[in-house]
Amino acid sequence: MLEIALKGSKRYYGWIAFLLVLIAIGSMAWLDQIVNGLKITGMGRDVSWGFYISQFTYLVGLAASGVMIVLPNYFHNYKPNKHMVIFGEFMAIAACIMCLLFIVVDIGQPTRMLNVILHATPNSILFWDMIVLNGYLGLNLLVGWVCLQADRARLPHPKWLKPFIYTSIIWAFSIHTVTAFLYQGLPGRHYWLTAILAARFLASAFCSGPAILLLVMMATEKFTTFKMPRKAVTTLVKIIMYAMCVNMFFFGLEVFTAFYSNMPGHMHPLVYLFAGYHGHTELVGLMWTFIALAAVSITLLVTPKLRNNLKLLPWTLGILVIATWIDKGLGLLIGGFNPTPFHTITPYWPTAKELLVSMMVYAIGALVVTILFKIATGVKEELGQSQAMACGCSTEDECDCTHGCVCTEECTCKEA
Amino acid sequence: MKNNRRSFIKLAGIAAAGLAIAPKAMAAAMGGSAPIKEDPKGITAKQWAMVIDTTRLNTAQGIEKLAKVCHSVHNVPFIEGKQEVKWLWPDIYEHSFTEQENPYLADAVKKRQYALLCNHCQNPPCVRVCPTKATYKRPDGIVDMDYHRCIGCRYCMAGCPYGSRSFNWGEPRDHLDLAALNKEYPTRMRGVVEKCNFCVERLAVGKLPACVEASNGAIHFGDLNDPNSEVRAVLRERFTIRRKPSAGTEPSVYYII
Repeated sequence: MLEIALKGSKRYYGWIAFLLVLIAIGSMAWLDQIVNGLKITGMGRDVSWGFYISQFTYLVGLAASGVMIVLPNYFHNYKPNKHMVIFGEFMAIAACIMCLLFIVVDIGQPTRMLNVILHATPNSILFWDMIVLNGYLGLNLLVGWVCLQADRARLPHPKWLKPFIYTSIIWAFSIHTVTAFLYQGLPGRHYWLTAILAARFLASAFCSGPAILLLVMMATEKFTTFKMPRKAVTTLVKIIMYAMCVNMFFFGLEVFTAFYSNMPGHMHPLVYLFAGYHGHTELVGLMWTFIALAAVSITLLVTPKLRNNLKLLPWTLGILVIATWIDKGLGLLIGGFNPTPFHTITPYWPTAKELLVSMMVYAIGALVVTILFKIATGVKEELGQSQAMACGCSTEDECDCTHGCVCTEECTCKEA
Repeated sequence: MKNNRRSFIKLAGIAAAGLAIAPKAMAAAMGGSAPIKEDPKGITAKQWAMVIDTTRLNTAQGIEKLAKVCHSVHNVPFIEGKQEVKWLWPDIYEHSFTEQENPYLADAVKKRQYALLCNHCQNPPCVRVCPTKATYKRPDGIVDMDYHRCIGCRYCMAGCPYGSRSFNWGEPRDHLDLAALNKEYPTRMRGVVEKCNFCVERLAVGKLPACVEASNGAIHFGDLNDPNSEVRAVLRERFTIRRKPSAGTEPSVYYII
């Protein structure tokens, strides 16, 4: 099937070239880091993890998100998702690769990376994170590839694959749980030391992940003949809505516990993030932006009229992604390290080089997504599944113009 | 011909397997450990511990002096700013004993500086989280580091509730006086974590930790499990506190207040 990725338009190749240029630019910064060490980053003795690890954490959520399409399809036999499943799985592959790369660029001695296997230490959560991330990558590669190949040959999916599919669905929950365990089992970091962290990670993953997936799919629709079934989109948006509400509810629980109990250790990180502490107010603006954007996205999602407005949807999802990113891709990490073990504040901000290295990893992820989505949309096109029609609906929509009418706008799809 | 080739490949396969297994088998035959000859002068304990008398050692200057000794003995690079590396350093009460604050602390206690270092916890979170056993607990209770195994993931730094660990963000040897190195202790390479090691290399040859030796008796050192040891005698007589007892790590560094 790989040959599909080789046949593309000029625009396709242009996009790939653009990504390669980004990767090349980023790799210069990475080489600099290899030569000079992590001193080129903004990290230090007090904030010893930074942008890399927070991006890793955020992207684990993206990896876990495909399951919000896969689970309804296999566990609930919700068939409108049938043609979307492969994109969830392929997105997970790209996300897992980015996660692993963010770990690789973060460690001080990458050549010794295999020590995690050579000197396997099961009492370290990082060991388990290595297992679940690589396992999830492998499962999605296997399931995605075998299914798509069977589809292409117009054969039913092989029976032996079933156990792998079900395992991968359960596995998706494990990757984010284990990633939360990395944080929530540390005795001195109060912002992380909370039983609800894993649940909050999952909730935030199941809103931000599918939101990113939908945005990428919308972009894919612009450049291919693929069209998401309307029903699958509306269902996924409902899932995003519930997950975002649960995410913010869990955050509220944190705030209540910290401030009603009046426990200084629990309050201080929140105070630092949202009001400033010891005169340090670096993150206050950003964190309130998170709250504001979260409120806006929830408002747009819970109002049926706004939620079902497909023109507004990309904006709604974009706002949600920014909100969850500030929360989990930035605040979570800096708030965990501040106040420091000495109750002082050490501000952290990534350096330009750090951002360039991160850009490299994101560009590699985009490249993987591009190639995999190209293959998947190519196969779907060959099979004529879930294709865009002249009226703008998908062939999977039971639209009233399925039989050759020429309406150009506002068909009444049955399930819209 | 065919038979010959087959038997050759078989033989080659067996030989290759033998070559792969032989070193491991040799190591196993030798008891699985490197042949280290212990120094008969070496001193041992079940759980080494330190009691710092803050009535005697309480100025930034006094502690800096000990830190200087420690850092030169261990070739600790001098780096300014947030990427600093330090094994032993002074800090004020509020920073040292968080969660044990008191707005009306006795002036004497409030004014003091406290010597901070790795606590060599009995339940060290850093050891629990290390994915490669590069930081590990020795039978004598010391939490030590294997600089050659550390992958530099810095999970131990996130795990330590005392901020006792430093990472070599850049090349540490750029910040050392190479002419004045202590040849008895290795320098580190970039990308690994380091911290106080209770002077394991000195205990092994019968010397007390460098800071203890330089403290003129203001730091007591001994076996916590031995009721007759110096530290136990001091702990029986004087009121001591430890840093962040609520973290459940059971620090082995005590402070006389």
